[in-house]
Amino acid sequence: MNIWEIIIITVIKIGAILTIMLLTVSYLVYFERRISAWIQSRLGPNRVGWEGILQPFADVFKLLLKEDISPVAANKFIHGLAPFIAVFVAFSTYAVIPIGPDVTIFGYSIQLVVADVNIGVLYVLALTSLGVYGLTFAGWSSGSKYSLLGGIRSSAQMISYEVSMGFSVGGVLLMAGSLSPIAIVEAQYGWMWNAIVQPIGFITFTVAAFAETNRLPFDLPEAEPELVGGYHTEYSSMKFAGFFLAEYANMIIAAGMIVTLYLGGWQVPYIDKLGLGEIVTALMQVGSFFVKMGAILFFFIWVRWSIPRFRYDQLMNLGWKVMFPLSLINIVWVAALIMIFNL
Amino acid sequence: MTIYDIIFYLFAAITVLSAFLVVTAKNIVHSAFYLLFTFFGVAGLYVLLGADFIAIVQIMVYVGGILILLLFGVMLTNKITSVEIKSGTIHVLPAVIGLGLFAAFVLSTMMTTKWKSNPAELPFTTVYDLGYILINEYVLIFELLGILLLIALIGAASIARKDKE
Repeated sequence: MNIWEIIIITVIKIGAILTIMLLTVSYLVYFERRISAWIQSRLGPNRVGWEGILQPFADVFKLLLKEDISPVAANKFIHGLAPFIAVFVAFSTYAVIPIGPDVTIFGYSIQLVVADVNIGVLYVLALTSLGVYGLTFAGWSSGSKYSLLGGIRSSAQMISYEVSMGFSVGGVLLMAGSLSPIAIVEAQYGWMWNAIVQPIGFITFTVAAFAETNRLPFDLPEAEPELVGGYHTEYSSMKFAGFFLAEYANMIIAAGMIVTLYLGGWQVPYIDKLGLGEIVTALMQVGSFFVKMGAILFFFIWVRWSIPRFRYDQLMNLGWKVMFPLSLINIVWVAALIMIFNL
Repeated sequence: MTIYDIIFYLFAAITVLSAFLVVTAKNIVHSAFYLLFTFFGVAGLYVLLGADFIAIVQIMVYVGGILILLLFGVMLTNKITSVEIKSGTIHVLPAVIGLGLFAAFVLSTMMTTKWKSNPAELPFTTVYDLGYILINEYVLIFELLGILLLIALIGAASIARKDKE
């Protein structure tokens, strides 16, 4: 392959991932509203199109037509910049998550990941720590007490849970012996899924992922009874939509990471033993990735409408006194397993 | 000029320009924002040198940790942003002489030193070798640094702690 072919293939991959992400985000919002309505015995949005299927597009047009307000007390430059940081971080993280095995299309062997970075897991952790900036800048620059409190809460929360997140990832890295997401997926062949081998790490990572995405029960940065709207109180129109987009995109990335690190990524246990054709196998594997991701996303929504919000001190206690020691225990457990079974 | 040279000058320009803006910006939060780009530029230079791990750690530690702490300090300090940062010039002549001497010294060193350069193969990933060296050859220093950081952490916590009456 010469350089132009590589560039063209990469651009196509980026385009495909962006389209998938944007469509999934808009329909995730729709499903969130429908599922919440179902859980609470309501109807939910069912007017636009068949069963409300066109609702996301109506929402987008509504947000586009609204007036863009920036408060007098705001720092205009940073106020305008914050949503862009949030969206940029959310979308660029997806580049390293593999959605399928290598496939051969028109004679080209193509990896189903935008960038095969050999330290991909660290790349994701680094970019999620960048995500704090969008929220912090938004909270500070709005010139409002509620926004500032929301911004500070979100950064404190994300920094605290990053610790237990990092340590749970440590267990996965020990098992795979590599920092590349593709190698991690390949190490979980058959039923050697990390969720089964190291259940404690799976739990701590999932809880940390909830906290990192600011979802209920950890959505203190935008706790509406006390903070109006938290860090995005002073945002309107498409800038608000930017934060909304970033939040749901972050959910998708968190789900993608959970699937990649703990649920075997695109692996279907022992599918290569069935003797199916290469294309059928690849399609089933890509399909299995999206099914797993959908299940995790449903879990995210399910939890949001089942569990009430934590108090702030409860959140910090859970992060530092429960999740952090548990993730350390997980590392010791994985290391002992590797020692005993020579994995 | 190869494509690597172009990328190098791009990152170098980002680093130097944003560093300049950090020291000249009037608003302290803007300074912090430009510092973000300085760290990014340096991370880019590390990637060009084949130090992938160091580049990512640069972003994780400096951008994800230190700069956020800095912003915390700024945001929690009341009305710090309305304070005029003094950036006037005083003692121009001594500064020019001192800087000129320093620049001459650095430049002459750069020109006259015979730099050793070995054509080295770029490793696929530096993580394995780095981990091996840290845990074998430099394990004592590694552990000592860990203890040092722990002491700093405990010290900070004990200072921040309220006295029990």
